[in-house]
Amino acid sequence: MKSNFFGVALLLASAAGLHPANAADVAVNIKNFDYSPMDLNIAAGTTVVWKNLDGEPHTIASIDGQFRSQALDQDDSFRFTFDHPGVYKYICSIHPKMKATITVK
Amino acid sequence: MTDTSRRDALKCLGVGAGTLFTLSGGVFSAFDMAQAREDMGTPLFLQISDTHIGFNKNANPDVIGTLNATIDSINAMPRQPAFAIHTGDVTHLSKAGEFDTANQLLSRMKVSELHVVPGEHDVTDGPGAEFFARFGKASGNKGYYSFDSQGVHFVALVNVMNFKPNGLGALGEDQLAWLKDDLAGRSASQPVVVFAHMPLWTIYEPWGWGTGEGEQIASLLRRFGSVTVLNGHIHQIVQKVEGNILFHTARSTAYPQPSAGTGPGPGPLVVPPAQLPGMLGVTMAVRDGKRRLSLTDSTLA
Repeated sequence: MKSNFFGVALLLASAAGLHPANAADVAVNIKNFDYSPMDLNIAAGTTVVWKNLDGEPHTIASIDGQFRSQALDQDDSFRFTFDHPGVYKYICSIHPKMKATITVK
Repeated sequence: MTDTSRRDALKCLGVGAGTLFTLSGGVFSAFDMAQAREDMGTPLFLQISDTHIGFNKNANPDVIGTLNATIDSINAMPRQPAFAIHTGDVTHLSKAGEFDTANQLLSRMKVSELHVVPGEHDVTDGPGAEFFARFGKASGNKGYYSFDSQGVHFVALVNVMNFKPNGLGALGEDQLAWLKDDLAGRSASQPVVVFAHMPLWTIYEPWGWGTGEGEQIASLLRRFGSVTVLNGHIHQIVQKVEGNILFHTARSTAYPQPSAGTGPGPGPLVVPPAQLPGMLGVTMAVRDGKRRLSLTDSTLA
């Protein structure tokens, strides 16, 4: 039954919105009502993976509407690939005091 | 329900550690629930808030159970209120399944009407499609509306879809103009009840516990002789009286939150299981005279 267990594990990972991380992905953790790092500099084409570590849900919502996550429960993740250079500001739409910036070069 | 559990439920809502607040002509007084219980007036309406269906973390792994216990207590009361208001965060993550479960549970309440305003947890999809599909009808999908019941004017406001840059809730220009219109020309002697999810006055700005246009809203309400402003959002009771206006926030039926500024942010507060029922509950508004409106908070303890 080994293959079944493996199948269940894959299913759970996918249900939680998790994907195998690429070495090139950049992580932003959400903890204690803050994005960390709050200011991030990346190269065009980089994928950013946010993970919510708080017991309270958070979102990632770009100010100008270019990207927006669903509400992330604890340990849920959201990923977005930044293909074009620019300065991207985003907030948590549930707790809009939470703000951060990603600069793509 | 057995006789014993009914009695227990009655005990919950009737003799809990409640304080009865009365507001009459701007004079504010508080006295012990146990003394006031016998001659309490007619239940006018009930406020339930922050049911957070879908939440399942340590602060309360069984939010369905605590909502059910709350509803059992309401249904076991000797006299039912005419209707109930839900001041938002019906769900935890705005998911369709969470809304469906919440609707199913809330429909058990023995009240003829349920008026619901959204919390920020109910509209995390942006436009609030799931929320408005279920609760948008009363307002033509605007979310804000008013109605009269038993001589009282009720105003439902939405302050979670138009955040200010400082994180406070906001009505936005259209809704504020609508509110001004709605209140204009009404007799100052008509009691007014205003309800929204986030506090309509600033309780704690660093956590966004307030509404940006709070002062403008209050200025529209000051000429009325009896105003009650009800909110949820902060999962604990905070109140203040300003002139003839009583501001009051309700408990959650799901989990408590820390008091303002305690800890890193306004997230779920984990307390010893024995303490949880004492931190969850509802608010009942009763009427003991022509204009007197009183609020009674009761817990599940």
